[in-house]
Amino acid sequence: MKYFPLVWAGLWRKRTRTIFTLLSILVAFLLFGMLQGVNSAFSSAMENSNVNRMYVESRVSMIEPLPISYMQRILSVPGVTGTSFGVWFGGYHEEPRNFILSFPVDAETYFDLFPEYLLPKDQLAALKQTRNGAVIGVALARKFNWKIGDTVVVPTTIWTKKDGTQDWSFQVVGIYDHAEDTSKANSFFFNFEYFDEMRAFSLGTTSWFVVRVADPTKTAQVGEAIDALFLNSPDETRTQNEKEYAQAYFKQFGDINLIINGIVGAVFFTLLFLTGNTMMQSVRERIPELAVLKTLGFTNVGVVALVIAEAALLCLVSGGLGLGLAAALFPAIKDISTVTAMPLDVVGTGAIAALALAVVASLPPALNAGRLKIVDALARR
Amino acid sequence: MTSAVSIRNVVKSYTRGKQNVEVLHALNLDVPEGEFLALMGPSGSGKTTLLNLIGGLDQPTSGEITVAGERVDQLSSSALSKWRARHVGFVFQFYNLMPMLTAEKNVELPLLLTSLSGAERKQRVAAALEIVGLSDRAKHKPSELSGGQQQRVAIARALVSDPTILVCDEPTGDLDRATAEEVLGLLQTLNRTQKKTIVMVTHDPKAADHASRTLHMDKGQLVSETVKS
Ligand SMILES: Nc1ncnc2c1ncn2[C@@H]1O[C@H](COP(=O)(O)OP(=O)(O)OP(=O)(O)O)[C@@H](O)[C@H]1O
Ligand SMILES: [Mg+2]
Repeated sequence: MKYFPLVWAGLWRKRTRTIFTLLSILVAFLLFGMLQGVNSAFSSAMENSNVNRMYVESRVSMIEPLPISYMQRILSVPGVTGTSFGVWFGGYHEEPRNFILSFPVDAETYFDLFPEYLLPKDQLAALKQTRNGAVIGVALARKFNWKIGDTVVVPTTIWTKKDGTQDWSFQVVGIYDHAEDTSKANSFFFNFEYFDEMRAFSLGTTSWFVVRVADPTKTAQVGEAIDALFLNSPDETRTQNEKEYAQAYFKQFGDINLIINGIVGAVFFTLLFLTGNTMMQSVRERIPELAVLKTLGFTNVGVVALVIAEAALLCLVSGGLGLGLAAALFPAIKDISTVTAMPLDVVGTGAIAALALAVVASLPPALNAGRLKIVDALARR
Repeated sequence: MTSAVSIRNVVKSYTRGKQNVEVLHALNLDVPEGEFLALMGPSGSGKTTLLNLIGGLDQPTSGEITVAGERVDQLSSSALSKWRARHVGFVFQFYNLMPMLTAEKNVELPLLLTSLSGAERKQRVAAALEIVGLSDRAKHKPSELSGGQQQRVAIARALVSDPTILVCDEPTGDLDRATAEEVLGLLQTLNRTQKKTIVMVTHDPKAADHASRTLHMDKGQLVSETVKS
């Protein structure tokens, strides 16, 4: 710690250059924090997937409808202990950019299959009894300040009613929480029967079935058995477990992992040269000063450590600022990332990246500084 | 009287391209403890080379060098670093202060290598600045000080770890007459009151007058000696 003023002073010898380098590293880590945050949000969504739940959807595409009559036949497959279904509703609040995860579901069965959704029994009963009733997540209720008893209008760009309009009106009868993470209680569920009565087309169909299997190790066989039921019918199915389903969902946006790692890799590669160049110049300018330190008794190893410490300080400070800024901006991209806070493990990865960057970038000039011959450097030879 | 510096048959040669140039030829020298020795001689005669050998900044090609009781020609590079930190204070013509650090931080540098506590370091730095008369400039950066003041900070830095010997290469070479006199007076006081052994290279006969003995070098050899009456 006593060397800190020396390291700090070395860093600020050329103020403009240091600030420029600092900003470059900061921006790179800002990008890293945001992208890596999105990335790990996606993978945690997949990791949290329930392993004994599967989804059945049309083989053609996610939005191609399936007849709800499939439900009984799916239930008859050995190993299946429950099933329910839901439809992509695509609702929003006031403007399409205020997207709401909204689904008409089979109220009789749906909450059975999702024990992590905590809904008081009387509110579930109210949903079953109220034709246009809706049950919403705590996070959603807070966001739009909706309460039980409210009548809310949720328009959709997909579903036209028989009367030709797209404004759907509901009565909030229940609010559910999520067992692990309140921020995940963000969906809007309502009665499929009401939906099916009112909509103008695709009557008697659903977007997907959700299936509970008795033995999570048998999901592959159960999935094949379900798909075999509907083989060669007009509506063939594809059954995936929840994790595969989540992956397939995110694949719609491209291979996010690959893209993100590519961008981050390219940025860090550039940064390596930039930081390396800064350290190289900084050492070259200070050769006489470094020689004086050696004269005073600093060892070769000590001087190497000093140069690396300088780079490490620069990278950690600017990397920390970048990640801090990313964390501050994270809530702004929560609609894309689906999580509200930057995951903490990004900070750990970031710190390691910053240190690695510092060491690799400063090692060549640091070793040069270590090899410096005092008499030559003092005589500026 | 024991010798602070004892040099026996020292040869120093450099290779320049394919050529081997001998800069010091079988040189012998003794500096008794507590002496203030001036080294004079024409440019290129090898004064700086000799001084660097005494201060342990460089190693001889052959011969023996004993300084402060240590055979410095036999020390490894890292042992030599530690030895310098304990035994030698350096003063250069161009002060060689760290431009980004204040006077007191510059003076503190050699103490960072010791096990002294922060408080002890502070106290020693204050004492050293007091000796060179710059207590009121402790927080100034080198660029905010005159040449003479900067050289006094450099002397404080050389003194602060209480070395056995002070090695000065043209310490007044960049100063005007009056300022040079101040700096030389300071070195003389250190020699007399603190019994520091001083070896000083200079081109200036008036500077050499402050020393107790003056040796003249020419072409890598000591040629004559003037002892102060
Ligand atoms: N590292 C080196 N490589 C090659 N030659 C060197 C080296 N160091 C010193 N010399 C040569 O050794 C000779 C003596 O140099 P030195 O610096 O000791 O002279 P000096 O007496 O201090 O001169 P000045 O009064 O100009 O400072 C010179 O000819 C110089 O060119
Ligand atoms: Mg010289």
